[in-house]
Amino acid sequence: MAYDGKDKVLEEVTAKAYEFGFTTDIESDKAPAGLNEDIIRMISAKKNEPDWMLKTRLDAFEVWKTMEEPEWPHLSYTQPDYQAMSYYAAPKQKQKLNSLDEVDPELLRTMDKLGISMEEQKRLSGVAVDFVMDSVSVATSFKAKLGELGIIFCSMSDAVQEHPELIQKYMGSVVPTRDNFFSALNAAVFTDGSFCYIPKGVKCPMELSTYFRINESGTGQFERTLVVADAGSYVSYLEGCTAPQRDENQLHAAVVELVALDNAEIKYSTVQNWYPGDADGKGGIFNFVTKRGICHTRAKISWTQVETGSAVTWKYPSCILKGDYSVGEFYSVAVTNNAQQADTGTKMIHIGRNTHSTIISKGISSGRSQNSYRGLVQIMPSAENARNFSQCDSLLMTDTSGAHTFPYIEVKNPSAKVEHEATTSKIGEDQIFYCLQRGIDAERAISLIVNGYAKDVLNQLPMEFAVEAQKLLAISLEGSVG
Amino acid sequence: MLTINKLKASIGDSEILKGLDLTIRPGEVHAIMGPNGSGKSTLASVLAGREDYAVTGGKADFLGLDLLEMDATARARSGLFLAFQYPVEIPGVSNINFMRAALNGKRAHEGLEPIAGKAFLELVKEKASLVELDGRLRNRSVNEGFSGGEKKRNEIFQMAMLEPKLAVLDETDSGLDIDALRIVANGVNSMRSSERSFLVITHYQRLLDYIIPDFVHVLVDGCIVRTGGKELALELEERGYDWIKETVTS
Repeated sequence: MAYDGKDKVLEEVTAKAYEFGFTTDIESDKAPAGLNEDIIRMISAKKNEPDWMLKTRLDAFEVWKTMEEPEWPHLSYTQPDYQAMSYYAAPKQKQKLNSLDEVDPELLRTMDKLGISMEEQKRLSGVAVDFVMDSVSVATSFKAKLGELGIIFCSMSDAVQEHPELIQKYMGSVVPTRDNFFSALNAAVFTDGSFCYIPKGVKCPMELSTYFRINESGTGQFERTLVVADAGSYVSYLEGCTAPQRDENQLHAAVVELVALDNAEIKYSTVQNWYPGDADGKGGIFNFVTKRGICHTRAKISWTQVETGSAVTWKYPSCILKGDYSVGEFYSVAVTNNAQQADTGTKMIHIGRNTHSTIISKGISSGRSQNSYRGLVQIMPSAENARNFSQCDSLLMTDTSGAHTFPYIEVKNPSAKVEHEATTSKIGEDQIFYCLQRGIDAERAISLIVNGYAKDVLNQLPMEFAVEAQKLLAISLEGSVG
Repeated sequence: MLTINKLKASIGDSEILKGLDLTIRPGEVHAIMGPNGSGKSTLASVLAGREDYAVTGGKADFLGLDLLEMDATARARSGLFLAFQYPVEIPGVSNINFMRAALNGKRAHEGLEPIAGKAFLELVKEKASLVELDGRLRNRSVNEGFSGGEKKRNEIFQMAMLEPKLAVLDETDSGLDIDALRIVANGVNSMRSSERSFLVITHYQRLLDYIIPDFVHVLVDGCIVRTGGKELALELEERGYDWIKETVTS
């Protein structure tokens, strides 16, 4: 019964502040602050990388030095001092782990607190997890079982060592180094991340998941994720993220690349819960992320994101619909509260014939936050019969918050059909009173209404993640209506 | 059940209720009639605890509790139900999810565990049959895309689910065709008991052919100016309100 799970979720919602603000006291190997060639050489050496990888990094660094941080987003923040942060921090542990038993118990406790059990729990629910803390991946589960199907699921560091041909072929193929300021920075200093390859015709039998955690202070996190779905394969990928509560702003500049070859399908879901800063806007993560996928013939990529965290979000998970009949989807709920700012959306680039894309974006703004949708639908001359449907809704919880929509539509083929719908509404006092009169308290009423509003997106999430996301929505909006 | 003394309430600068008295005992059905703007819906909203209205004087005792001191949720959980004149749509929230949240809120208030899934479904089935609310409507988003009649039936379904001690029906008959009116009235009648009271607000005598009241009150300009039995409604239907207004002013 559909209502069962959802109701349970809502019942579990209690008055909670940011839940994951703790730090783990673990010995860490951390690079001195600053960014220069030596640091990049050091990172590469730490990871024992082949020469081609080091060269890629140094080239990227040269490119980055010539670039400027983008100023076009509807965001206002103090640009990070790129020379003041550390680009490498790794929990100290034994060189090579053979099993989970060898993982530092303090780390296991951290995973436990975050609700990521690498063992039983996930075995039961059938989710394989790669856990990335600060700069390195510390554990990946189910490797062997997936290996039987020819699925590769490992940390990016391992992938560079063990599957250089795949990495050389695909890394940077969707998000090139010079794509933007943050992608160039990432290409120069990325420290780890996840790599996943699904062979031809294989349907990955479990959800693959990466959990990102920033722990150290004074560091940034720069991870890189690459998912390659070979012809006719399918994979559902989940990503979660949290960070401790700190007064400083920490930078998270990740790159995610998806490659869906002919007839392949990738479903990529994110529940982003980086520390958003305190109620006065102090601290919090700067989340400047480049996510993009490319679809070959009849391939499909679906991005689903629930964004509740980060002080500042700059993120546009996009699809390049290169192959004929390929499909791109973007489902997003972005919640901003207090002083949070989000500028998020998607790009759908239609190149192939008969390509279809769908964009459903639900923004929820509370406190004095600013929430912007920015999206591009581009129909290239070659994209005969392309279709797009976009729906961008904004819900305002307070009089002091802002919702903005910046849709860009470029149509270069007259056969295209592009539809855009947008609404902005204020949370209805009538709706809240109706709930109250039925004996539902105010917090619960808001949670119900907001979850209802975001339902089209939440429905796209895998069940386990949907539960998580609903809780998060309610918690993020605690006390937001007076 | 409910004792209202000299209740005064206003919205903005205008006073709407100007010292209203009303006593409802357990098991009684009271009807309130009156011309447009006399304060009927305001009375319903004030009783339910809507904060848009400021209570500026008077008292209201509900089951020994100081009603005016309670917030809207507490009033509902203590057994006061308002069937809305204009039921509100809540997109994306299924009707039965909504009812489950409501019922469990009330149960928590009574110190009971949340209702089990199976028992809940059985209850839904039983209560929905009272107002002929089919499965499709139960699973759809709250009131979204419901016709006028479906919305009102849904209100009565919710009332049946929550089994209130006092139900206030705010113009539940408005916008209903004769079949829907009959269904709604049957739903209400099946819930009448010696423990439960009703306050039926209506413009028309028609509803009172189906829900037979013990008392009929006439509300004019924020006060109850006349009280009688069910025959008063018939008289009003025939003569309108003007003659009462005249007797009040003279």
